[in-house]
Amino acid sequence: MNWLKPSWQAVLAILLCLIAIALGAMTKPEATALADPTGSFTYPYLGTKALTFGLAMLAALVSMVRIPPITEAVVLFVGAHLVAWLLITGINGFEGTALAPYFLLLAAGWLLGWRCVAVLSSLRPLAKWARTGLRLIIPAIFGAWILIIWEAVTRGAGIPFILLPPPSAIGARIANSLPVLGADVRQTIFKAVIFGYVVGNAAGFVAAILADRVPFLRRGLLPIGNMVSALPIIGVAPIMVMWFGFDWQSKAAVVIIMTFFPMLVNTVAGLAASGHMERDLMRTYASGYWQTLFKLRLPAAAPFIFNALKINSTLALIGAIVAEFFGTPVVGMGFRISTEVGRMNIDMVWAEIAVAALAGSVFYGVVALFERAVTFWHPSVRGG
Amino acid sequence: MTGQSPAVVSASKLGLTFQTNDGPVQALTDVDLTIGKGEFVSFIGPSGCGKTTLLRVIADLEKPTSGSISVNGMTPEQAREKRAYGYVFQAAALFPWRSIERNVALPLEIIGLSKAEQVERIKRTLDLVNLSGFEKKYPWQLSGGMQQRASIARALAFDADLLLMDEPFGALDEIVRDHLNKQLLELWERTNKTICFVTHSIPEAVYLSTRIVVMSPRPGRVSDVIESTLPKERPLHIRETPEFLAIAARVRDGLHAGHSYED
Repeated sequence: MNWLKPSWQAVLAILLCLIAIALGAMTKPEATALADPTGSFTYPYLGTKALTFGLAMLAALVSMVRIPPITEAVVLFVGAHLVAWLLITGINGFEGTALAPYFLLLAAGWLLGWRCVAVLSSLRPLAKWARTGLRLIIPAIFGAWILIIWEAVTRGAGIPFILLPPPSAIGARIANSLPVLGADVRQTIFKAVIFGYVVGNAAGFVAAILADRVPFLRRGLLPIGNMVSALPIIGVAPIMVMWFGFDWQSKAAVVIIMTFFPMLVNTVAGLAASGHMERDLMRTYASGYWQTLFKLRLPAAAPFIFNALKINSTLALIGAIVAEFFGTPVVGMGFRISTEVGRMNIDMVWAEIAVAALAGSVFYGVVALFERAVTFWHPSVRGG
Repeated sequence: MTGQSPAVVSASKLGLTFQTNDGPVQALTDVDLTIGKGEFVSFIGPSGCGKTTLLRVIADLEKPTSGSISVNGMTPEQAREKRAYGYVFQAAALFPWRSIERNVALPLEIIGLSKAEQVERIKRTLDLVNLSGFEKKYPWQLSGGMQQRASIARALAFDADLLLMDEPFGALDEIVRDHLNKQLLELWERTNKTICFVTHSIPEAVYLSTRIVVMSPRPGRVSDVIESTLPKERPLHIRETPEFLAIAARVRDGLHAGHSYED
């Protein structure tokens, strides 16, 4: 038995396939056809049922033979995704008719995908490109299986479109509405978010320096800043619309209010972060306030400031989208979400959510990359 | 000894009392001390005896509450503003976002030297502490001993005539410490600076100093001042000579006499 190396995922996948075969019909039309052998019905998986089961079990069996891990991963990858593809394309036109074996087969495919990720995670390649590739492939497979299960379950079980549309429908909606989505992104992100983010962060930063320089501001400004941060956005947004009009300026104002305080608090904390010894050192050089600020205290505060920038990158997006619920010209991500919900176009809502998530991740990622470049010296970046 | 050379540091009836939550703490009382140009003076004593506080008063990092002190004939504050001294702390206190050469350049940037002068001084002082070739490294890429040498280079680049060193080698192991002690002596001989050196190691104090100030705690005060009779040329093995051991014994006696508590 030296050529075998069993894995519980593969064994369980084979077991699920066997149970599914024993249970018989994959869908209701197939059950009807089996109950009435004389009639001629078309039903899903007419020609592909044996192929799908065969593929799943073959991939599971081959993966347990002692072969190089990379070969095992490829076999599992191909097997799992072919099974998923056959399942999802097969249900086309028969949405909502799936029976237990359909879901068992889906679970078997998912187990193979799981095993594939597990094998890939245990690989320790020496080449740098291979490590980078693995770092990208593993979360990609992980994410793909979230979408596969979402797609297969919503279509197989026939979940109402209003509750949860399948990702393929959301993808199609995104592809068909690129001009609208583009206009919304321009309005909400490139105008309101970017402007509000830059101004809000700059204002928070300058206020922190002022509070540091002028003691009475430190006593007076921080508590008031604290109060501003506690203002409910739902209450502030309509007032900003009254003050600054319907266009993006009022949304930028909401973003400024939301981003100001995290930057203020973090910068104030960061300015206190430099050590006593370092400050004494600057004192022995008879260094002035601004020299000490630029050469010691601001560099030492950089990790705190970047923390605020990262927190604010997501806050700004949320603020701008929510603010658009309270009056806006007929463009903008928040506007689109609020109106399309009313028109039951849930796929458009999901499309906006997907775009917002993507934009937010890119925004955060850019700030994080910038942080790595600037605070390369910090133990959290240089690794110990 | 102090009669021939002008006083670099001169303190009389110097006292410093910290107000703490547990009531006043007398860190220094009645310190009378004169340090002449070119002297190497060590301050030794158990923790809490005020030796670091005395150094910080000279550096204007603490203000005395009684008595008077002058540095180069000025108040410590004026001396600090005139950048009269270089200070080496217990830890290297290098800025991690600056490479070694940029760290050494820090005081030079603050006093506003030209780029060319900065480059020349960085090279000279890094040579002096044997750190040539490490200019582009960051502090966290160097060992503790190298970091401390870089911080000494930073104080030397400043090129003040007075060097204040607060247990600079306290955190280093014996071998590195011996090596740095030797280098420090050579440096002192070459540059003819005045050095005030805080330590709690008797051999280190005796090996380095022309004069040893023994201090004792509660309240912090000077309990003995010992002139060293050792020659200026001091190889490491001088520490086994009877003369060296005799001075070390005097320092030890001074430390014991100053103890007001049982150990």
